[in-house]
Amino acid sequence: MNLGRFFMAIVRRELQIAFKHWGDLVSPLMFFVLVTTLFPLALAPRHEVLRNLGPAVLWIAALLATLLSLNALFRADVEDGTMEQLVISPYPLTLAILGKTVAHWLLNGLPLVILAPLMAVTYYLPPQGVSALALTLLLGTPTLSLLGAAGAALTAGVRQTGGLLALLVMPLMLPVLMFGARATSLAGGGEQITGPIYLLGALLLLALSLLPFAAAAAIRVSLD
Amino acid sequence: MTGLVATDLTLWRGPNCLFEDLSFAVAPGSMLLLRGPNGSGKTTLLRVLCGLTRPETGKVAWRGESIDKNRQAFGAELAYFGHTNGLKADLTVTQNLAFAAQMYSQSGNQIPVLLDALNLSLCAKLEARYLSAGQKRRAALARVLMSGATVWLLDEPVTNLDAAGREYVLDRLRSHVADGGLAIAATHEDIRLTNEAADEILLGDDL
Repeated sequence: MNLGRFFMAIVRRELQIAFKHWGDLVSPLMFFVLVTTLFPLALAPRHEVLRNLGPAVLWIAALLATLLSLNALFRADVEDGTMEQLVISPYPLTLAILGKTVAHWLLNGLPLVILAPLMAVTYYLPPQGVSALALTLLLGTPTLSLLGAAGAALTAGVRQTGGLLALLVMPLMLPVLMFGARATSLAGGGEQITGPIYLLGALLLLALSLLPFAAAAAIRVSLD
Repeated sequence: MTGLVATDLTLWRGPNCLFEDLSFAVAPGSMLLLRGPNGSGKTTLLRVLCGLTRPETGKVAWRGESIDKNRQAFGAELAYFGHTNGLKADLTVTQNLAFAAQMYSQSGNQIPVLLDALNLSLCAKLEARYLSAGQKRRAALARVLMSGATVWLLDEPVTNLDAAGREYVLDRLRSHVADGGLAIAATHEDIRLTNEAADEILLGDDL
């Protein structure tokens, strides 16, 4: 089996397992939908207020929903011993970790990218704002998944993590949040957002090229 | 050296020295037993030999090259049967084994035969979570048996097996070793492949 097929096999297995736990799959998305629905109800029902706050609320909810889904990313694999088998397998552990991260994004990030523009309607975001929201989330959520994977790998061996993972990765996620939310509100105001988009893309490439290696190293330490 | 060679392994766990300056070599076509009371470091030594745990000093070499530098080449020839079963609870036994077969670049054709021999054929389509502890162990063992790997590192391979299962595993071990394979097993039981006792390393107090 070559590396590409190994990667695909990992992704497929992750999806297969995830679809057996619909509840776990849906609860971060439910959280996102609930938070973004409640804000307009609690705020003053004026268009300009909602339009100003919308990008921030949508992005924060997306970030927290991602955080919610991260805790269990590697825990089960470490406990049932499948992670051990991946570590000593003939394939690079980095690739296995990347496969699991991609599966996480497909199950969590991608649905957020699709849901967010729907929720944006309640904030009266103009069309440019909605497309900017989708675009920034499309570039930002994979970075969040990768950062989360590195954090989850570091805490995989810890019994009771509590908020440890959030404390660990939240500061690293902040640039993504700031550029994502800001670009969305700028686009809503009719301004150019090429700069922040490029920056989000650069962050994604940086995360993609470094974090799977870091996560693999962290898993090795966690299992030692 | 062609086999698996450990030189000067030392490992401490907290205040306990599990082993100090432990050196041994296992040639292809032979088996080594690790013995010792509970907590004496048999499992840890196996994990060191896999490369899962790093020893404080010393190194493990396979075919003359350190396993740290050659992880993937060693991984292709290594099958490890550890404390944990390495089965996904949500996948069926067959799905679990098919994934392992892919990983070792083996065909999945032998899975039904193996399941039959290990008395698991009725569980083939069951999710691994519904298996009993003993059945899970056997499913995990099936992974090793079909791996086609040269090096088998086994943690208590025959414990919890019924007489027929045990005989089958010993049979497979025998033919594995006869075909030039290498096996290291941590066990409390007397595993005899031939009439003579296998080589042993005793871990524990008297080190």
